[in-house]
Amino acid sequence: MSEIQYKAGKEPHPNEHRVIFRNVDRVGWDPSIKTYMAEGGYDQLKEAYQLEPQEITGKVKRAGLRGRGGAGFPCGVKWGFIPPNNEKPVYLICNADESEPGTFKDRYIIHQDPHQLIEGMAISAFAVGANLAYIYIREEFPEGAAILEKAIAEAHEKGFLGKDIQGTGFDLEIYVHRGAGAYICGEETGLIESLEGKRPYPRIKPPYFPAAMGLYLCPTIVNNVETLCHVKHIMEIGGVEWSQTGTPNNTGTRILCVSGDVVNPGYFEVEVGKVTMGELINDMCGGLKEGRSLKAVIPGGSSAKVLRADETFTIGRGDDAKEISIWDIPMDFDSLAACGSMAGSGGVIVIDDSRSISWVLNNINNFYAHESCGQCTPCREGSLWMKKITDRLVAGKAAPSDIDQLDAVARNIDGRTICAFGEASSWPTESFVEKFREELISDTVPELEEKLVNAEALTAAANLK
Amino acid sequence: MSLEVPTDLEKEIDKRITHYPVSKRSAVLPVLHALQHHFGFIADDAVEWTAEKLELEPIKVLEVVTFYPGFRQSAPGKYHIRVCRTLSCAMAGSHELMDSICEKAGIDRSGITHHDPIAVSKDGKYSIEFAECLASCGTGPVCLVDDEFHEEVKDVDSLLSQYQ
Amino acid sequence: MSDEKTDLIDVQIDGEWHQFPKGTRMIEACRQAGVEVPHYCYHPKLTSPGNCRMCLVEMGMPPRPRPGDKAPLADEDGHVPISWMPRPVIACANTVAPNMGIRTTGPLTEGCREGVMELLLANHPLDCPICDQAGECSLQEFSVEHGKGESNFREQKVKKPKNVDVGPRVRLDDERCIMCSRCIRFTEEIADDPVLGFTDRGSHTTLAVYPGKELANNYSLNTVDICPVGALTSNDFRFQMRVWFMKETNTIDVNCATGSNVTVFAREGKIYRITPRQNNDVNSDWMPDSHRLNFHWINGDERLTDPLIKDGANHRIATWQEALAKTAEQLAGIKGSEIAVIASARMTNEELLMVNRLVKHLDAGHVDTVSRQGESDNYLISADGNPNTNGVKLVLGLDQPGAQLDSIRKGIQEGRIKALICLQENLIDDGGFDAETLAKLDFFLTSYPLANPTADVADVVLPGACWAEKTGTMINVTGRLQRLNKAVDGPGQTLESWEIIRDLIQATGGGNGIYSAIDIFKQLAENISEFSGLSWGQIGDLGLPLIETGKTIPLLEREKERIAKGIIVG
Repeated sequence: MSEIQYKAGKEPHPNEHRVIFRNVDRVGWDPSIKTYMAEGGYDQLKEAYQLEPQEITGKVKRAGLRGRGGAGFPCGVKWGFIPPNNEKPVYLICNADESEPGTFKDRYIIHQDPHQLIEGMAISAFAVGANLAYIYIREEFPEGAAILEKAIAEAHEKGFLGKDIQGTGFDLEIYVHRGAGAYICGEETGLIESLEGKRPYPRIKPPYFPAAMGLYLCPTIVNNVETLCHVKHIMEIGGVEWSQTGTPNNTGTRILCVSGDVVNPGYFEVEVGKVTMGELINDMCGGLKEGRSLKAVIPGGSSAKVLRADETFTIGRGDDAKEISIWDIPMDFDSLAACGSMAGSGGVIVIDDSRSISWVLNNINNFYAHESCGQCTPCREGSLWMKKITDRLVAGKAAPSDIDQLDAVARNIDGRTICAFGEASSWPTESFVEKFREELISDTVPELEEKLVNAEALTAAANLK
Repeated sequence: MSLEVPTDLEKEIDKRITHYPVSKRSAVLPVLHALQHHFGFIADDAVEWTAEKLELEPIKVLEVVTFYPGFRQSAPGKYHIRVCRTLSCAMAGSHELMDSICEKAGIDRSGITHHDPIAVSKDGKYSIEFAECLASCGTGPVCLVDDEFHEEVKDVDSLLSQYQ
Repeated sequence: MSDEKTDLIDVQIDGEWHQFPKGTRMIEACRQAGVEVPHYCYHPKLTSPGNCRMCLVEMGMPPRPRPGDKAPLADEDGHVPISWMPRPVIACANTVAPNMGIRTTGPLTEGCREGVMELLLANHPLDCPICDQAGECSLQEFSVEHGKGESNFREQKVKKPKNVDVGPRVRLDDERCIMCSRCIRFTEEIADDPVLGFTDRGSHTTLAVYPGKELANNYSLNTVDICPVGALTSNDFRFQMRVWFMKETNTIDVNCATGSNVTVFAREGKIYRITPRQNNDVNSDWMPDSHRLNFHWINGDERLTDPLIKDGANHRIATWQEALAKTAEQLAGIKGSEIAVIASARMTNEELLMVNRLVKHLDAGHVDTVSRQGESDNYLISADGNPNTNGVKLVLGLDQPGAQLDSIRKGIQEGRIKALICLQENLIDDGGFDAETLAKLDFFLTSYPLANPTADVADVVLPGACWAEKTGTMINVTGRLQRLNKAVDGPGQTLESWEIIRDLIQATGGGNGIYSAIDIFKQLAENISEFSGLSWGQIGDLGLPLIETGKTIPLLEREKERIAKGIIVG
């Protein structure tokens, strides 16, 4: 293989380790199956068919592959949750509903290297015993959906999908299912309800763990686009070898997406934990804009708790524990969790000192109020309430006590909802209020304190008391 | 009131339905997408047509149509623009982009409501609404014009000139 | 410690250990332990979406030791200390597990309840003073018990449709709706008429029927019953009476052989509302609209209020003594074989026993009742439109109720039958008789709650109490003995049928000694083997199985299947 050439201005940064994004922005590369197969595409699928399905799952487990969608749950463990005595059909769903603000990796995989995903799915489907698979792609990717459908047709034509694939007796159909603009469909049980043609109300767990009772109440594995692509590479290089990249318990590569106030926003595939926040922002993204300084970073999609630029964090345990600044945080699951936030979906939003924290929080609250499905009380009522408070805040119509109320509403949502949207919608508020209280208060008007009384609510209070 | 669905479109829809061998109800979104693509929006008769096609009570279809912002219940302009409203694009100027498009396309957004978020230009050529994160946060501000995606949109004149 | 023989598991609730069968929902375990967990969306007859979050409780399990750590020591009862989870769990959909701990008090659970209450009230209109649900509203109840008594909500409330006609009998106020989805689940899961749904999303979520469609099925008013707030109200009951002014009486529905258990709500002798009362062996929690609304005639102008005696072409008001004396006088010259008695399968067992007495006393040659065979709706309405056909068979001893009516009619036409006593039936409208035939009789007595064409041709008309005005027992389609309790007094001079018959027997020279329906029930227990050993009190509010009929109630059978599958609690 000759050296890969990338398009001018799109060359990977030297810190990158491209596996999934190997062919993104590559000169001479196109999404056709011909191009894909010219470099050994679908060889891993053929190899997978030589193995027992459990051997593939074993490789994925040994690789330590953690889900790239947001929660970071070990993929092989998830596959292992399918009941051993299962007699129902098993379904595989690729979650391509990429919608966590700050995240923009799936678009490039789907647009530029769709067969990588299809091969990863075909291998995974064989491993979990699924004969029917869906790619749930967000509606806002119309072109991506068309590209995937074309790629599926090509794979069919070449005999990598359909009946009795490669003479193995194994059948697999993959269909593309387009969403219609709802963040909640990224939640796996919400996605399943949506795929069943219903309002995408997340299901309660227990009992509706998808691996046991998912689509049509049958065992269902829902994996992120990036996660499924990794399966192909784990097949290629082996689980143990794959796990040598990245850092222990944070293995492999992952795609970090940087947006906001940096000179060169973009996507970077790096070994998990091998790059620090400082390297990411300063080296890979060209640093902050001229004359600006860092105010905050939201490190894992907009639902991740915000990190303040001047905080110190403690990572590592026991004797390994050390205090670090924001710049030295390794970009991996465990370190970001130790810093009180999360790696989430890999979407890093950088906020410089020109930004109003009230404005940022209000933008985020608007998003979650708009996207709350409304099924369960705390999130339905709380997300809109928080938005209304920050709407007033940015309009100069909030009193200082509104900031405490904002926090109180968030804490009435956090941990009390059907799905993780409760945390997604409350963590931004909780963390912004905790870390930027003074700035938020400075945007309030103390004189309004007495005037901002909801007469209706007061009457009710009097009646209730 | 009944929707006249061209034979080809119905064929396409029938094919889509076969993608869901376990439950026809699963085809609600694809059927609605196909109808919206053809008719521009989902009118009541499209809801009823879908319900009949999939053997559902019409309310079960309406539940879905009204949940998803991706489905419109009133006619958009000849070109429908969706500007990303969410954080990274907002930081990159998507709200200013919205204002600029509205000004140049002659769209008045003052009348929009939660239930009717779409504003249409006086000449009916353009309609516009904010969309939540379009998942291209690194190249904001971004927008979709019908099915076409535009990144780092700074020059509104050049954007609109592509849609005449 | 789990007891394998009985599959009972130990669960600690608020510090006390209890045992429950495996699979018991946490909320039901708490209820059985005497601890009510507040809830809105949970309903034991419906699936559990877990959406209201009001039933969040603190939960704990025995700690799972890390590999290499020692297992925690058990106390002398074998219980290991509970490790409490930081996150609350919903009690409605989760089942108990061995050695689980549940805390329904304490900062976590109480904080959750306060939080959920405040959030539910944030966009609720708080129009309690004019809300029909006031007094029986879960939001009100839980506000008092679990709310914090004040709101910090300073925003504009979400505006939604008000006063929406969702069907002929049900009205919707969307601003009051707390989106618990009980009504939607009922229409889908029980009524098989999924016309309700949610539109829009988030805080703007709106309960709706599809434009042009309506919630019109015959079980629609059950949605009003299960609505925990004032979102769905009954057009019939709306603004009629504050609930706290009404007296509640537990009785049964008499519109068919199912005998749905009901509560009659009345004030000062007037019935305002009838709602189903839970009985898992009869009607579950439901009843048909057509049955519950069939009561306005009870308060209507068509009621007979006084005994009437035919005087020339018309009737005149008489006293009971006059009417009974007239009857005795007329019957005196007629042989028993020339007397027919037509009673009703809408009568109680006690009344039927008295009919039996009367027949024997008069040595009447003919006796029957009017049958009302129709079709079952495959839910709760029986094919048999009479509530006590089984009582007629058992107490009156008729094998085929209704089979004699033709021969009685013929006997009258041919002059073999000269006197007819008709009790609680309208022979012309319901029994296939005509005025011409009845005019041939030398003496015709009818007793009925309402004026009707049959009464027009009777010599003596006696005002009878209706079902809501009397006490007694009936046997439903499955053979269950159930109690009818008097909810209101009958109008004017009305008497219950057993009183009328007692007085008739007395007027025609028979014995007395009966002062209440309960007295007659004692005689039933003494004289009819199926009743032997039973007492009035034993029957209770839910009745008891008396005879085997082999018949089932379709809706209950479907619920049983869902219970067996664990879909609902039941």
